[in-house]
Amino acid sequence: MASEHLLDIRQLAKSFGKHQVLKAVDLHVSKGEVVTVIGPSGSGKTTLLRCVNFLETYDGGSIRIDGTEVGYRNDGPQRRRRGEVDLARMRAETGMVFQSFNLFPHLTAAENVMLGLRRVRKKPKREAREIALHWLGRVGLGHKADSLPGELSGGQQQRVGIARAVAMEPKILLLDEITSALDPELVGEVLDVVRQLAGDGMTMLMVTHEIAFARDASHRIVFMADGMVSAVVPPDQLQAAAAENDRLRSFLSRFSATAH
Amino acid sequence: MGYHLSFNLIWRHFDKLWGGLLLSLELAIISIAIGALIGLVLAVWYVSAGRVVRAIIAAYVEFIRNVPLILLVYLVFYGLPTAIDIAYGPTTSFVLTLSLYAGAYLVEVFRSGLEAVPRGQLDAGKALGLTPWQRLIDVRLPTMTRITLPALSNTFISLFKDTSVASVIAVPELTYGAQWINFSTFRIVEVYIVTTIMYLVTGYAILFGLRQVERRFRVER
Amino acid sequence: MEQILYAIPFLGHGLYITLLVSAIVVALSLFLGVLFGVGLVYGPWPVALMVRIFSDCIRGIPILVLIFVVYYGFPQLGLNMSSFWAAVLALTLFKTAQVIEYVRGAIGSIPRGQMEGAMSIGLVFSDRLRFVIFPQAVRRFLPPWINGVTDAIKGSALVSLLGVVDLMQAINQVIGRTYEPMPLYLLGAFIYFAINYSLSSLSRMLERRYSYIRD
Repeated sequence: MASEHLLDIRQLAKSFGKHQVLKAVDLHVSKGEVVTVIGPSGSGKTTLLRCVNFLETYDGGSIRIDGTEVGYRNDGPQRRRRGEVDLARMRAETGMVFQSFNLFPHLTAAENVMLGLRRVRKKPKREAREIALHWLGRVGLGHKADSLPGELSGGQQQRVGIARAVAMEPKILLLDEITSALDPELVGEVLDVVRQLAGDGMTMLMVTHEIAFARDASHRIVFMADGMVSAVVPPDQLQAAAAENDRLRSFLSRFSATAH
Repeated sequence: MGYHLSFNLIWRHFDKLWGGLLLSLELAIISIAIGALIGLVLAVWYVSAGRVVRAIIAAYVEFIRNVPLILLVYLVFYGLPTAIDIAYGPTTSFVLTLSLYAGAYLVEVFRSGLEAVPRGQLDAGKALGLTPWQRLIDVRLPTMTRITLPALSNTFISLFKDTSVASVIAVPELTYGAQWINFSTFRIVEVYIVTTIMYLVTGYAILFGLRQVERRFRVER
Repeated sequence: MEQILYAIPFLGHGLYITLLVSAIVVALSLFLGVLFGVGLVYGPWPVALMVRIFSDCIRGIPILVLIFVVYYGFPQLGLNMSSFWAAVLALTLFKTAQVIEYVRGAIGSIPRGQMEGAMSIGLVFSDRLRFVIFPQAVRRFLPPWINGVTDAIKGSALVSLLGVVDLMQAINQVIGRTYEPMPLYLLGAFIYFAINYSLSSLSRMLERRYSYIRD
C-alpha cells in the first residue's frame, strides 16, 4: 500500500463521453521534486492535473497522495466516491493554481488567502491574517494585502493565487498553465515566485508552455501526447530524447517555431 | 384519500373548456395586436418627444405595471362606465383592459429595442439620403422587430395566462369554463387537472412555435 | 365621499392583510426558492430534473388557476385549509418558481472557476456556497428579486376571490355599500401603485449601484 512517492499515479484513465482523454497514465512525483508536464493541446495534461485535485472524476486506475487514494475509497472490490468532507480535506492537501486565477473577486487579497486557513484549517482570524500577510510578502505583495483582485494586475492576481494555495501548506502544489492568461511582460514575476518555491523544496507538478522555464526549473519533464505519457526525461536530456521520439521532436520544433 | 377520479362529466362539458380555450387565445391575440400598436406608437413618440410627453408616457407605463391586473379589470368594467358615458360588455371591456396592460409592457420592450439598433445603421441610412421617416420605417423598425421578437413572444405567453383573470367578470374563457364545471358537477380535481394541462400544453406549444419563428428571424450581430 | 372616509380604517385592515399575505409568501418562497434553485444548479440530475419540471409547470399555469386548484382541489385530496392559507400556499408555489429562476440566473452568472477555486482550498460545499458563491450571486439576485416582490403583492389581490378580505376585497365591499366604484378603485390603484413603485424604484437603484462594482 505504502509508496515511496508522494504522488503516485497508476494506469489513470478518463473519458469525456466517447473521447478518451487519458489512457493509462503512469506518473510519480517524489517529495521535493518539481515535475513539469508538456505536450500539445488536447494531450490531456490539464485533465491529468485536475484529476489529482479531484476537480475531475476519473474512470480507471488510481491516484495516491501519501498512500491515500484521491477521490475514491475502496470498499472491497467496490470503488466509491468519497464523501464531501473527505474530499474537501484531501483537496486541502493539494494546492492548485489556475490559468484563470479564480480569485474570489469580493474578497481582498488577504481575505482570499485567509478563507481556507479560517474555514478549513480553523485558524483564528488574527493568526490567519498573519499567515496571509507572510505569504503575500513572500510573493512580493505585502503592500497589496487589502486590495481587491479587480484592483490588481494579472501578474499580481496570479501571485495572490499562488499565495492562497501555498498558505494551506499543501503536500504538493499543482500549477495549471499559470502564465497562459498573462501579458508577456507579466510572466516573469510569476515564474520568479515559482522558482523561489522550488528552491524552498516545495513539491510541484506543473503544466506549462514555457519550455525554457520548464527546463530551467524542473527535475523531470514529462511529455504527454494523445492521453499517454510519451517520454519522461531530466531536462538536460530533452533534446537527446527528441532525437528518438518523433512526436516530441515535432512538438518541440513547432514550439520553437512559434516562440519568439 | 379515497378519491376516485372520474372524467365522464368533464368530457360531457368539454365544450365549455374547449370554447374557453379558444376564447382565451382570441383575447390574447387581439390584446397583443392592439397592445403592440399602442406600445410601438408610444415608444417611437417617446424617443423623440420632449419632457412632458415622456413623463406622461412613463406615468402610464408605471401605473399599469404597478397595479394588480384584477383591479384594472374591475376598474375598466365596473368603474369607468360610471365615470364617463361608455357602455360595453365584459368581453370588450376585458380586451380594452388587457390591451392597455400589454401596451404598457410593450412600450418598454420597443423603447429598448429602438435604442438597441446600432448607430452605424442609422448613419448608413442618413448617408444614403433617407428621410427621417424612411429611416424609421426601413432601417429602425425592421431591426428593432427582430431584436424584440423574443420579448414579444414572452409577453404573448404572459397575456395568454392573464386572460384567466377575465373569468372574474364572467367572460367565458378557459378558467371561467373550469369554474362553471367545478360548481355544476363538483368533479373539482378532474376539471382542474384537465384545465391545467390545457394551459400548459397550449402555452408551451405557442412558446415552441414562436421560438421557431425567432430562430428564422434572428439577427446576426 | 363621506362614506369613503368612514371606510378608510376598513381599507387599512385590508391593506394589512395584503401586506401580511405578501410578506409570508415572500419569506417562504425565498427560503424554498433558494433551496430548490441550488438543487437545480448543483443537485444530482434527478433533483435538478424535478425542480425544472416543478418550475416550468408552475410558471406555465395562470396564478388564478393555481389559486383555484389549491383552494378547491386540495381539500378533495384530504388537504383542508382555510382560504387564507390556501391563498398563501398557491402564491408561494408561484413565487417559489420565480425565485428558482432568479437563483439559477444569479448563480449561473458566476464563472465556474469560482467553485473550483473554492474546492481547491478544501472548502466543503456549504462553505463554498456561503463564502464564495452567495456573496457574489446576491448582487445579481437582489434587483430582480425585489422587483419580483411586486408580483407577490399584485398576485395577492387574487386572494379576494376566495373571500379573503385583503385590500382588493375591502375595496369591493366598500363599493358594495357606497356604490361609488370609480373613486374607490382609483384609491386602491393608488395604494398598490405607491407600494409597488417604491419597490421597483429600489430595485432599479440597487441595479445601478451594483453595476458600478467591478468584477
